[in-house]
Amino acid sequence: MVAATIDKAQVHEWLAEVLDPEVPALSIVDLGIVREVEVSAADVVTVTLTPTYSGCPATEVIETSVTEALNSRGIGNVCIKRVLSPPWTTDWITAEGREKLRRYGIAPPSPSLTIACPQCESLNTERVSEFGSTACKASWRCCDCLEPFEYFKCL
Amino acid sequence: MKTDEALLAYTLRLADNALILSQRMVELVAAEPELEEELANANFALDFIGQARMLYTRAGELEGQGRSEDDLAFTRDEHEFRNLLLLEQPNGHFGDALVRQFLFEAFYVHLLDALTRCSDKGLSEIAARAIKEVKYHFRHNSLWLLRLGDGTELSHERVQQSLEDAWRYTGEMFVADEIDAVVQDQFDGPDLLEIQKLWRRDVENTVREATLKLPEDQWMASGGKQGQHSEHLGFLLAEMQYLQRSFPGATW
Repeated sequence: MVAATIDKAQVHEWLAEVLDPEVPALSIVDLGIVREVEVSAADVVTVTLTPTYSGCPATEVIETSVTEALNSRGIGNVCIKRVLSPPWTTDWITAEGREKLRRYGIAPPSPSLTIACPQCESLNTERVSEFGSTACKASWRCCDCLEPFEYFKCL
Repeated sequence: MKTDEALLAYTLRLADNALILSQRMVELVAAEPELEEELANANFALDFIGQARMLYTRAGELEGQGRSEDDLAFTRDEHEFRNLLLLEQPNGHFGDALVRQFLFEAFYVHLLDALTRCSDKGLSEIAARAIKEVKYHFRHNSLWLLRLGDGTELSHERVQQSLEDAWRYTGEMFVADEIDAVVQDQFDGPDLLEIQKLWRRDVENTVREATLKLPEDQWMASGGKQGQHSEHLGFLLAEMQYLQRSFPGATW
């Protein structure tokens, strides 16, 4: 019987340094797409990830980044598992992740119809388009400071 | 028909629907009338490509012969595609493409909803993922139908014609064949007659609100689900499959 020598909590910390390529303000842990980390007795690390949108082109990039990040920490055996169910929701973005989004200039997802401007916090904002530069964002603008901004759609 | 064969055929139909509609939308990239719609269209197309990829991957698993999502998308011929005729119709003008997607998604959203409760885990998980995206599309396109129908005289007239032109392709969505029946009976799959009622209700509500008229009942085209397509699909595939046909197995 061989015991695992890799610490799961440590792997989690390393994963918290892997950034979302499309919203680099967020790590994949902030985004809530890391479902599970398992370390087998033979030190095989299995990371279970969930895609955000069906066609999100970042999915494969993120999977490669996770493997590379763990390889660079000396973990040779990395296995990525993709799990669909239950489907990802923006509710899984952590409180810290929301704050990082706001500081980065993206309004975090909100079930409310009024979205605060991430620059000046004004609630006097309007939607320009339900769509944005990536599947997960919509385009808004602030009617007070006049800055356009992106809003992370509530899903 | 064996249940596993029916499930595979059913999954491929869903995958083909998603792929063919997304390919039509991709043709519109950089051709939309305004920037916001450009983003919307590209996002829709991306969602459908994502759904197609998951469905083809699942179909490949069910088939068990080692065919990948790419093999299924790029190396099957016209008669092997099982998408609805509606989805392969050429884009036409903005209203035509809008109506095509509106009529399909009014059906698809209820189909996916029913599939989230089916007993095949692969399909129910993909449906749960996809329905969130499709609801967002449907809301957006319903608003456009209102705007065009209740817009100017010209926009009203043109989008009414789009409805008339597309109507004959809506019948086959609800005609259950053996494959639909097996999936309904053996996998707690969708009941197409139930879905037809929900579809009719939703389409009628929006069409009325848009001050448009539902087209008269008429002869309905069918055959897409069985691999008998209109002349348009061959041209679409010729363009879409060109690279893998000319350079089989090419990667980059």
